[in-house]
Amino acid sequence: MDIVVPIKMVPDLVEELEIDAEGRDLDRSFLKLRLSEWDEQALEEALLLKDKHGARVTVIALDTGDPDETLFTCLAKGADRAIKLTGGEAAQGSSRATADVLAKALKGIPHDLILTGVQAVDDRDGQVAVFLAEALGLPHVSVVSGVEPAGGKAVVARQEYAGGVMAELEVDLPCVLGIQAARESPRYAPVSKVRQAMKTLKLEEVAAAAPEARAGSTVRRLAKPEAGGRAEILEGSPEEVADKLLAILKDKGLVRS
Amino acid sequence: MSQDIAVVVEHLGGKIADVAFEMLGKGRELAKATGGRLLALAAGQGLAGLVKELGAADAVLLCQGAGLEPYTPDAHQKAFAAAVKARAPRVTLVANTTMGMDLGAGLAAELGWPLVAYCRDARLEGGTLVATSQIYGGKLLAEAQVAGEHAIVSMLAGSSPAEAGRATGAPAVEEIAAPAAGPQRVRFKRLIQPAAGDVDITREGVLVSVGRGIQSKDNIPVVEELAQALGGTVSASRPIVDQGWLPKTRQVGKSGMTVKPRLYVAVGISGAPEHLEGMRGAELIVAVNTDANAPIFNVAHYGVVGDLFEVLPLLTEKIKSSA
Amino acid sequence: MPDAITPAREVFRNLGTPAVALFYLLGALAILIFCWGAWARIRKYRRGRPSPRLRLAGARLLHGLTAIASHSTLRKRNASTGLAHFAIFWGFVVLFIGTVIIMIDYDMVRLVNPAWRFWRGAFYLWYSLALDVMGVAFLVGLAVMMARRWGARPGALDYTRPDREPDAYSRRGYLRDDALFAWLLFLIGVTGYLVEGARIAADRPPFETWSLVGWQLANAFDALGLSRSSANGLHWWSWWGHAVLALGFVAYIPYSKAVHILVDLVNLLVHDEASGRRLPAPVEGGTSAGYATLTDFTWKELLDLDACTKCGRCHVACPARAAGAPLSPRDLILGLREHAEDRLGGLSLLRETRVAADGGDALIGPVIRPETLWACTMCLACVEACPVGIEHVPLIVQLRRKLVEDGTMDPRLQETLQHLDRYGNSFGQSERNRAKWTQGLPFKIKDARKDEVEYLWFVGDYASYDPRVQEVSRAVARVLQRAGVDFGILYEAERNAGNDVRRVGEEGLFEKLAEHNMKTLATCRFKAILTTDPHSYNTLKNEYPAFGLDKPVVHYSELLADLLRSGRLAVAKPAGAAVTYHDPCYLGRYNGVFDAPREVLGRIGARLTEMGRCRDNSFCCGAGGGRIWMDDSGLQERPSVNRIREAAGLESVQYFVVACPKDVTMYEDAVKTSGQEGRIVVRDLVELVEEAI
Repeated sequence: MDIVVPIKMVPDLVEELEIDAEGRDLDRSFLKLRLSEWDEQALEEALLLKDKHGARVTVIALDTGDPDETLFTCLAKGADRAIKLTGGEAAQGSSRATADVLAKALKGIPHDLILTGVQAVDDRDGQVAVFLAEALGLPHVSVVSGVEPAGGKAVVARQEYAGGVMAELEVDLPCVLGIQAARESPRYAPVSKVRQAMKTLKLEEVAAAAPEARAGSTVRRLAKPEAGGRAEILEGSPEEVADKLLAILKDKGLVRS
Repeated sequence: MSQDIAVVVEHLGGKIADVAFEMLGKGRELAKATGGRLLALAAGQGLAGLVKELGAADAVLLCQGAGLEPYTPDAHQKAFAAAVKARAPRVTLVANTTMGMDLGAGLAAELGWPLVAYCRDARLEGGTLVATSQIYGGKLLAEAQVAGEHAIVSMLAGSSPAEAGRATGAPAVEEIAAPAAGPQRVRFKRLIQPAAGDVDITREGVLVSVGRGIQSKDNIPVVEELAQALGGTVSASRPIVDQGWLPKTRQVGKSGMTVKPRLYVAVGISGAPEHLEGMRGAELIVAVNTDANAPIFNVAHYGVVGDLFEVLPLLTEKIKSSA
Repeated sequence: MPDAITPAREVFRNLGTPAVALFYLLGALAILIFCWGAWARIRKYRRGRPSPRLRLAGARLLHGLTAIASHSTLRKRNASTGLAHFAIFWGFVVLFIGTVIIMIDYDMVRLVNPAWRFWRGAFYLWYSLALDVMGVAFLVGLAVMMARRWGARPGALDYTRPDREPDAYSRRGYLRDDALFAWLLFLIGVTGYLVEGARIAADRPPFETWSLVGWQLANAFDALGLSRSSANGLHWWSWWGHAVLALGFVAYIPYSKAVHILVDLVNLLVHDEASGRRLPAPVEGGTSAGYATLTDFTWKELLDLDACTKCGRCHVACPARAAGAPLSPRDLILGLREHAEDRLGGLSLLRETRVAADGGDALIGPVIRPETLWACTMCLACVEACPVGIEHVPLIVQLRRKLVEDGTMDPRLQETLQHLDRYGNSFGQSERNRAKWTQGLPFKIKDARKDEVEYLWFVGDYASYDPRVQEVSRAVARVLQRAGVDFGILYEAERNAGNDVRRVGEEGLFEKLAEHNMKTLATCRFKAILTTDPHSYNTLKNEYPAFGLDKPVVHYSELLADLLRSGRLAVAKPAGAAVTYHDPCYLGRYNGVFDAPREVLGRIGARLTEMGRCRDNSFCCGAGGGRIWMDDSGLQERPSVNRIREAAGLESVQYFVVACPKDVTMYEDAVKTSGQEGRIVVRDLVELVEEAI
């Protein structure tokens, strides 16, 4: 089975996010980028399938956001191929455009199963997984937390709903699954393995096609959420804070006075 | 092209999801601005009984067929695409649920319309649709202008009041022909309910919720003792359940339960949007976290920036000794 | 028969030629068995990788020989046991040399030229005296050891394993080996005296008064009414008894506990003083970064496995074991030894039996559990306590390297390593916030990246990001400023020095951090590195030179001592407080800095009461080896709580003084959890200094 895992780099939320002077985009000078955590889950699910059932795992990313070390890390974890799509700046910032570019690239890459993160922190215009499926004419399922092969031509995906309810869906291959969580937490890639990969392996480079031009939505203002919703912070030593909390709870009738 | 507003109505087991009423309420607001009708769209089997609850809508479009019950992404997308294409509404609203994630982008791609996701707000300024999305884990809000005559907007649960969309009535019902039954690419196999026999946290009045700040399974008693002292129950954020430290029935958030207790104490929970979705409706929210910048403090009423291992035992003791 | 005037002794007295021939036959047999066993052991060690240890330069060789001769490692903190073994050792050596002298005189010199025989006359008299005295020492030493082992039953000699269920193994074989060894030696000694006493009773050569014990024994035999013929009979029997036991012992050496006689001599000679302080680089060209099977070990490490005499000192010293973790350094070594017996050639006759199925060559899993390896705090107490030079710590690191490669680790540890890789600190916070702690200061600290400084202060993670320890950092800055010290910090360019990353087994990440730090340091101009963190101190001092660091590294306690001594810091308000001082593992035991902090405390007027476990026997707080990044809820009692109880047991001590950032957090936490708040307060050394100046 050929599994393709499209990944992308997103701003690391550990850093303070600053808005640029024009107020419509992030100030990218202090941005630190990291692999989107849902994509990390997708990769893990792909590698688990490889470990258990034997599969070839190909990781593919646009070259925006300097994905080199991340791609090598994917190889160090066990991916078989890593492809970088060069010249993908046009697609940056739009999931729709990213999906276009990926779809065109995937026409030349064998794919039975495409696993990618169900969402990302910056996919304001929609989820890549679904757009990619539609561009390729494939069935798609989102919010998946477990994939198992079902014969050679289909897989069973667990889709999560609210309230802890899940459904098992059988999906014809090839298909695209938007992964919420892998069955196990993502494995560790020892730094020495990553550095070894960087020394001995090469990333494949493919020129990115241009995305379709289409009307969409444009951000006219980027802002921090109002401080109006902030909690009243209780100050003091733990003892004092506990006293204050007790008073509040008594006041609301949640603790008997 | 019309000025109608379409709302995708989610339902499970014969019950309309709360979030669908939120969408209807929002839809009514938008319909007032455009002057068009509010259309409620539902797909499945045996939906006639739901119609009377959809009084907020001007018309209900039902697409029924055996292949549409229960929900599968592929069949539902085709059904809704047919309905929406025929009516060409100005704005189509979906909720940011699993179904909404399948359908929102799916319909947008199939119909060639723009999608704006994770919206807290959507409104019309003159004839232009302006939607505000919550992005970067809730750290920033992006207000966007949407071009074109049609758009799909996916809204976060809890962004609109459900009451505004709840109304009984007798809206006009139209049956949309289910698309021709071709080979089903996505087939439903079975539904998995969470393990029964545990507490139903949606019915609890007091919840003390534990997140990654607890660090270890063996520290959970600290939280249990506080819950006990308050006469409540322990719930958890997703990472705790994923680790197996508490059963799935205790999970609060997008893939877990939505709760509205009188008191929700968030202990060591940072406040990712997926979690906030499940508890921001609580009457009184108190958060304890060592990180002063944790997003949980944006929804909490009272916050303590401190060590839960210091504060909780003290609080538990004080509650016990005051009783 | 020698003439009655010249002191000498007849060899093989009263034995006919057949008997003598039989003796030589038995002797040859014993030596053959010994040689075969010794060679088999050496062959086992040669299965390991090469190591440059055998290149013993003069100073190291001398140091090793002195240690063996003086028994310094055995007598350390165990005066009576050390002395008893000293007596056994030297008694055995002298008696052995005595036999060799006879052999040279009788079997060699006599055959070449009888006139050159030297075992007579004055030489013989002093010889007899020496052997008699040393024989007594030998027996007394043995008696003391046997009484200790079977009478007092100290905890160190309890062979219960903390890393296995009680019904999964049996160490009765070890107990039998111990008994056999002790009694064999004892009986050899006793029969030796019987031989001597009987001979003297029968012959009464007048010069034999020099054989102090033998002469008195002969008197006792006379008093018991032993006739001359009975004495000869006793002599014959005890001579054969002594011969068989002694030759049997020689043959038995390579197949029993007795092999430690040879192995430990070599082990102490090739002991690496920098063991643990400077860890070995990963195996070149190996399939894995760490040790997966026994053949990954160096020959020295395989030797280590046989060196263990099960004395239990490491077992008693280990803070993880004391806390209830499934780790005993002793059982780590013994477990590997038993595995080596299974896979590389078994030689020991009396062994541990285990229930578990054979797991093949893999070390991790069937032989050693991951939890055992992860429980180690890398405090080096085991290596320090070991009297025979076993180096447990580098072995654990090599095995951890394999665990890291396979991703077998606590999820919190994995997350921390990822934080360290991405942000350069273990807190997962932005590297931009690393110097935020300086904002509370009334002055700006020099930026060592731009300006030349005398001391480049390498601050460390905890001192930069932990709110409580940030207070200490600010105190250090204020004190240095007061003293007019020219210092600067690296601000956001500093990354974790990597000491604990290396000890966790993530060698690749350690290299990455070290390379990054060295790149930064290469652009700076400074005379010495100052650090407040003993962990950083250790790696900067011992391991960074391999990455190109060629400047001295100073701990702030050393600098404070200097400043107080020279008067650049003047004490205005002597402390007067009653304190105890906790030696941080990486400052004290690892790098020998014990006196500087004590000097500081003395100069500021604090009254120091030492804890029982102080200086190189200090008891670890439990944070090292990456343990502070792992889940410790499985422990029965945290090492830090154990230590606070020890301190609280010292009456009148108010302050628990520390000189390490992790100690500040660990011990303040321990004071709270053990309910000692109010009884004892944790203070950092610099906080007391600041109050005093």
